[in-house]
Amino acid sequence: MTMRIFVSRDAGAVAVGADEVATALEHAAIKSGVAVEVIRTGSRGLYWLEPMVEVATSQGRVAFGPVAAADAPSVFEAMTAGSPHPLRLGVTDEIPWLKRQTRLTFARCGVIDPRSAKDYCDHDGYRGLERALTLTSDEILTEVTTSGLRGRGGAGFPTGIKWTTVAQASADRKYIVCNADEGDSGTFADRMIMEGDPLVVIEGMTIAGVAVGATKGYIYIRSEYPHAVAAMNAAIAAARRTGYLGERILGSSHNFDLEVRVGAGAYVCGEETSLLESLEGRRGIVRAKPPLPAHKGLFGRPTVINNVLSFAAIPFILAGGAKAYADFGMGRSRGTMPIQLAGNIRYGGLFETAFGVTLGELVDDIGGGTLTGRPVRAAQVGGPLGAYFPRTLFDTPFDYEAFAVRDGLIGHGGIVVFDDGVDMAKQARFAMEFCAVESCGKCTPCRIGSTRGVETIDKIINGERIAENLAVVEDLCNTMKFGSLCALGGFTPYPVLSALKHFREDFGPAPVTLQAAE
Amino acid sequence: MTSAYEPWNEARGAAIIAEHDKLEGATLVILHAMQEAFGYVPEPAIPMIASALRLSRAEVHGVFTFYHDFRSEPAGRHVLKLCRAEACQAAGGDALAARAEAKLGVSLGNTTADARVTLEPIYCLGLCATAPSAMLDGRVVGRLDESRLDALVAEAQR
Repeated sequence: MTMRIFVSRDAGAVAVGADEVATALEHAAIKSGVAVEVIRTGSRGLYWLEPMVEVATSQGRVAFGPVAAADAPSVFEAMTAGSPHPLRLGVTDEIPWLKRQTRLTFARCGVIDPRSAKDYCDHDGYRGLERALTLTSDEILTEVTTSGLRGRGGAGFPTGIKWTTVAQASADRKYIVCNADEGDSGTFADRMIMEGDPLVVIEGMTIAGVAVGATKGYIYIRSEYPHAVAAMNAAIAAARRTGYLGERILGSSHNFDLEVRVGAGAYVCGEETSLLESLEGRRGIVRAKPPLPAHKGLFGRPTVINNVLSFAAIPFILAGGAKAYADFGMGRSRGTMPIQLAGNIRYGGLFETAFGVTLGELVDDIGGGTLTGRPVRAAQVGGPLGAYFPRTLFDTPFDYEAFAVRDGLIGHGGIVVFDDGVDMAKQARFAMEFCAVESCGKCTPCRIGSTRGVETIDKIINGERIAENLAVVEDLCNTMKFGSLCALGGFTPYPVLSALKHFREDFGPAPVTLQAAE
Repeated sequence: MTSAYEPWNEARGAAIIAEHDKLEGATLVILHAMQEAFGYVPEPAIPMIASALRLSRAEVHGVFTFYHDFRSEPAGRHVLKLCRAEACQAAGGDALAARAEAKLGVSLGNTTADARVTLEPIYCLGLCATAPSAMLDGRVVGRLDESRLDALVAEAQR
């Protein structure tokens, strides 16, 4: 019987040698005369174990990792003989880091061949769409609304309400747009699912099209993700070949097709109205809201624009029912969140779990602390526009509202860990500098405020009139927070103010009168 | 190694435009295709795109200059992009960027005098769990340390 070996083709695995390992395993197989099929999957998200390779056995898949190309012959021997090996991790599903997760959205990621519609269907794929096609538009919208799903891009807006608004709008045509401009540092869940299970995104978008009456969708992927672009295009082609995209989907009366568009290195295009401008072929300048994209979106038509993970959550909700999804989570944060552990961290990767787990559990327990072995000093949650949390706030549960109460945000679920070598004044400066470089320039608080912010923080770093300049920074942050058109200028104050509040000692000596009251 | 890019050619430019100008909002698609063919977006292409899409030259120029990806002149023979975002900073990316600048004798955003290597910052390759990361001519590299970076720089200089 042909032995089946699985090696990830995820960019994160390829970046640490997965291609070379796959080739070396094939060579080892040829040398030994054993018939082998090497299947390139996505990543399971256990990045410290990448390149991780798996072999199908009667007990299920057995994993080895991290495997270097030089290890391939001995790993292959251990696979064929079923013998012990120092890199053998045991049955993949029993690896504690994976077993502790609740994988609803990422259930197939790392398991299937992302370019095969058959493999997708064999693993419960397209059950959501099949059920959606038996429902009315209202019934689909009710399912999405009662699931409690909130936009996973960062803002957390209820997905069902957005879809209902578009469904109720009348127009000659409507659009479904997937925001795959995942620019936040420390986040890679969109990239992973697009590379590892692109059909779940396609299925989610198709269900959206059926629900609101749209026949055309766009996936806007950032140019920094060439592997995701290739994977999405291959999956779209596979879906068209098998009747899941195109005219009369699965024999129904619904038509729906998709096109990938590639960004061009502008961070602000992750903002939904800027993304729509870019899709229309213009500068990615933010639009004032209202009108909402749900009323006047792409080319002025009613548009559902959601993040990759929001669409990817939809098939489970339709297949399993709204309640099955809503049963997970806490408070108003329902379902699961794919959390990304990154930066200076021992066990970095993707950890999908129900809302409610604390930041401390994520960083110390699941993430294993820093890779350098030094104490954790700060964790930035939610990307470049997210707050820096000190250890004293590590009891914060992962939940939209709980983070907001502590002047933070969960954003797209990325956590970047820093050890005690971090200079928080430098990080605050970087936040302002990044905003200055990436500002679209439409509104003054963001365009000018960020530049003045860099200059003022530089003065503080140089020890010039520290107390006065700190007051200027706080004032600037308030202006940006309340006066900016979008989250770029509006949220840049989060990292800056949190650094100031929790790590005041990094901004020069504090005069007695200005000592923090807390 | 010779350049993989074609020299600018008006007929070829026109053919690229004709391939895409029926798409909705085609400007970025065409600019990407130009850069893929020629390695940069040659100046004469701008008015050609404008006239095909019934836009003003200023509008197309505005789009071209808004996005970091588009080049107005060819890059070096190899392009080495180092991720400079927070996750890579947390994992020692600052020191590696300084090391690459010193080895190549150029600062980020510039091309070496012999036109062999363009060194650029990039803000997140999504390889944040295997940081610090880099991309050499489209090939991704993670878990950079001094020796892996040195090997990458040497490869780019060849």
